[in-house]
Amino acid sequence: MTALSFASETLTRTGNLNLASVPPLPEGERKGLTKKEVAADHPTWCPGCGDFSVLALYFKLIEKRKMHHEKITTVAGIGCSSRFPYFVQAHGAHFIHGRALPFATGVALSRPDLHVFVFGGDGDAFSIGGNHFTHTARKNVKLTYCVMDNNVYGLTKNQTSPTSPLGYKSKTDAWGSGDRPINPMKQAIAAGATFVARTTHTNPNHVLQMMEAAMDHDGFSFIECLSECVEFYPGAFDGANPRKGGQFPLVPEDHDVTDEYAAYKLSEDLMPGKFGIFYKVNRPTKNANEAKIISTNREKFVALPDWQILQKNFDRMK
Amino acid sequence: MSDATTAAPAQAGGIPQISHISEAVIRIAGNSQDGIQAIGGFLARLAGRSEQEVMTFMTIPSTISGGPSIFQVRIGSGEVLSAGDEADVLLCFYQHSYEGHLGSLKKGGIVLYDSDHVKEIPPENLSKYRHIGLPISSLVVEAIGGTGRDKGKNVYALGLIAKMFNLDVPKLHRLLQERFAGKDPKVAETAIAAFNGGYSHTLATAAELFKFKPGENVGHNQIVMGGNEALAYGLIAAGVRFGAGYPITPWSDIMELLRKELPKYGGSFIQCEDEIASISMAIGASWGGRVAVTGSSGPGISLKTEALGWAVMAEIPLIIVDVQRGGPSTGMPTNVEQSDLNIACFGGHGDSPRVVIAPSSVEDCFYTAIEAVNIARKYSTPVIILTDQGIASRIEAFAMPKLEKICQDISPDFTPVADHKPYDLAAADGITRHLAPGTRVASGKYPIVTGLEHDELGHPTGSPKLHVQMTAKRRNKLKKLGADLPTPTVFGPPEGQVLLVSWGSSKGPVEEAVKQARANGDAVSALHIKYLNPLPNGLEKIFEAFSHVLVVELNDEGFYGYGQLGAVLRARYCDPKIRGLNKVDGLTWKIREILDRVKAMTK
Repeated sequence: MTALSFASETLTRTGNLNLASVPPLPEGERKGLTKKEVAADHPTWCPGCGDFSVLALYFKLIEKRKMHHEKITTVAGIGCSSRFPYFVQAHGAHFIHGRALPFATGVALSRPDLHVFVFGGDGDAFSIGGNHFTHTARKNVKLTYCVMDNNVYGLTKNQTSPTSPLGYKSKTDAWGSGDRPINPMKQAIAAGATFVARTTHTNPNHVLQMMEAAMDHDGFSFIECLSECVEFYPGAFDGANPRKGGQFPLVPEDHDVTDEYAAYKLSEDLMPGKFGIFYKVNRPTKNANEAKIISTNREKFVALPDWQILQKNFDRMK
Repeated sequence: MSDATTAAPAQAGGIPQISHISEAVIRIAGNSQDGIQAIGGFLARLAGRSEQEVMTFMTIPSTISGGPSIFQVRIGSGEVLSAGDEADVLLCFYQHSYEGHLGSLKKGGIVLYDSDHVKEIPPENLSKYRHIGLPISSLVVEAIGGTGRDKGKNVYALGLIAKMFNLDVPKLHRLLQERFAGKDPKVAETAIAAFNGGYSHTLATAAELFKFKPGENVGHNQIVMGGNEALAYGLIAAGVRFGAGYPITPWSDIMELLRKELPKYGGSFIQCEDEIASISMAIGASWGGRVAVTGSSGPGISLKTEALGWAVMAEIPLIIVDVQRGGPSTGMPTNVEQSDLNIACFGGHGDSPRVVIAPSSVEDCFYTAIEAVNIARKYSTPVIILTDQGIASRIEAFAMPKLEKICQDISPDFTPVADHKPYDLAAADGITRHLAPGTRVASGKYPIVTGLEHDELGHPTGSPKLHVQMTAKRRNKLKKLGADLPTPTVFGPPEGQVLLVSWGSSKGPVEEAVKQARANGDAVSALHIKYLNPLPNGLEKIFEAFSHVLVVELNDEGFYGYGQLGAVLRARYCDPKIRGLNKVDGLTWKIREILDRVKAMTK
């Protein structure tokens, strides 16, 4: 038998760990977090950026829902909005460009006790990460994805984004963008997302409402949140801001959120478009499907330690 | 079969005499749909149950269905280190198999062919090889009826081989029954009828039949499996419960097995939309608290390198399996090559130290997987298991692992902590340790993981000083691993003329080459390197005692005359006597190839 140089051993966390015992804190005795307790680094966004409002409302959601630090899991890819996890005092991950969704899926599927929030921008979601958007929606992984759409690449300073409107003049399209922009709502519905909502940073109450509904949805919940880039695309969403002479039309009350075609129809004109929940259905989540596969498989091995399950296989290979 | 020893006295009545042998190489050649791998698998399993050593070699066409395929099995009563240079017996089903593989048969060897399909035998071959032609296809119809013809041919042939080698029939019957258990009982009955048909053939035209001497691995309680299987089971034993992957040959077997098996242990394996998603998902799960696995073969590894760089930067434990095949690009998907060493050790942007380990045999796949998981956890680092198509698809017998002792529980610890800085620069061992999300930090200061250069809590920094310190931290923890690694021991005397350095699946053939060379009086030894990145210390002392250090690798000699490990060893030791002994024909090493090359390079 081959000797193991690195035998199994109990690994301590690190030398830096303050080993003073931490008193147990029953759920009931814990207070909800204040904004101060949940804020971490000061955001690096430009003054006036729409992303501030999304962050403030995430704090509000945490406060309102009495979430504890350790249960908050914030994941992002790359982009201005994707700096998000640094600003939240909680476990978080700032992953690579476009791949926040598969990373978050790994967390969500292996840690069903956590509700993962993923924040990102339009480039992350619909350009470099387009494939993952489709497949995470299709798999119906239980997590919330909030895309802070500013219709431009901001972090790299004004290049065309997949949602930039036709004719948008950027550093890469000085004569105006000629590529048909992606319609995030249609994209999400067609891909099989089971919760599809639209909001804008200028209506805080509505953002919070959508975040809460998304969090409560059992499945892949997608929020398209318009979030203005004041530096490179100021005024992009004035048409959806009543204070700038625009309109904020809600999804009609008689809209059937389980009607895929009606939801698709609602997505047709997006300036200003409609705001609210376009589509919401219940379909088994990837999490539930995996859990079912596990419980069916484990039925045969109740009370058996893992090594005996493996031994059964090995005995058949003699 | 060369060491056939005691020949039994010839029996009367034209019955072939029986020779007692200690090993044999049997090559079966046909098309991939003939179930050739199944015959090889039965033979390998039988050898394992007979306390013999066994090693197989197969080629599979990369076409979707059909095409020529072979399976070679070497069974030995003593140690078996390679699948054998030349076959003692060639069984061929078609004219193309006959023509394509006669060259692999040793002079005087036996070619058993299906005379229904092999029609042209050049007369000059008759004096070189012993020919036994049987209308196998027709005989199968006779044995089991017309409908089962195509399905039964392989099992009929197994019967013939059993007859030729006096194999243990009750054990083979049991193997056949086990193989078809759970199916319509008629399937097993037909298989046994086909087998018995072959076995009852007198083989009267054969001059000689054989019998293996008893196996030496008495009481070993052997199991028989392929390299990919062993690797996947090793990961399960190590406590891995989550994986993500994308199909690619020859990695897919591992993901298929984990997909099927992990749920029994409460785990999951997710088939992803692409290679990038699969490594990202595995990293996410690892961060979730328990080391996860992803894997691929060359092209997929290229796609994974950006995320791998993130795992290096964020110092996340992770297992990445690379089952190497011929490259670059789509290359030779069903052939063996060891040309991913560079991408495994250095692939990616920036300075991104990671661990690379290569298993050397099927058994070693099992234990390497466990070791990789433990290194990943202990040093909080991605570990690449660099295996290859040669080990992936071959079958070996090895001693049953002591699972109760080996299997480990690596579930995360959520005990609240007072305070925590994952990237603490003052940590005594210099190693990062993460908290799984869900763990309460009483101070209210939570760590973050990121691909940006960061401070001790994980928050981004542009500080030149911190980048210097953190780069050193990521490097030094693995330098420490290098210092902790055992210096490999020399196979053969620790001094001499030639030292053959091997890694991965070349270990067996290289050691067999050493045995043969020494038997011929040549001062050749071998050194096998399992830990490729970082390398263990002390290799230079071993090299000092030899005049030539030849690095035997299945990759190209490159611009400067040495392969990928050769280049690393040269860079580290600046020793011009380190040279490359390379080939890229997509096949495992033959012993003679190694010896001929050694002779040419050292004369």
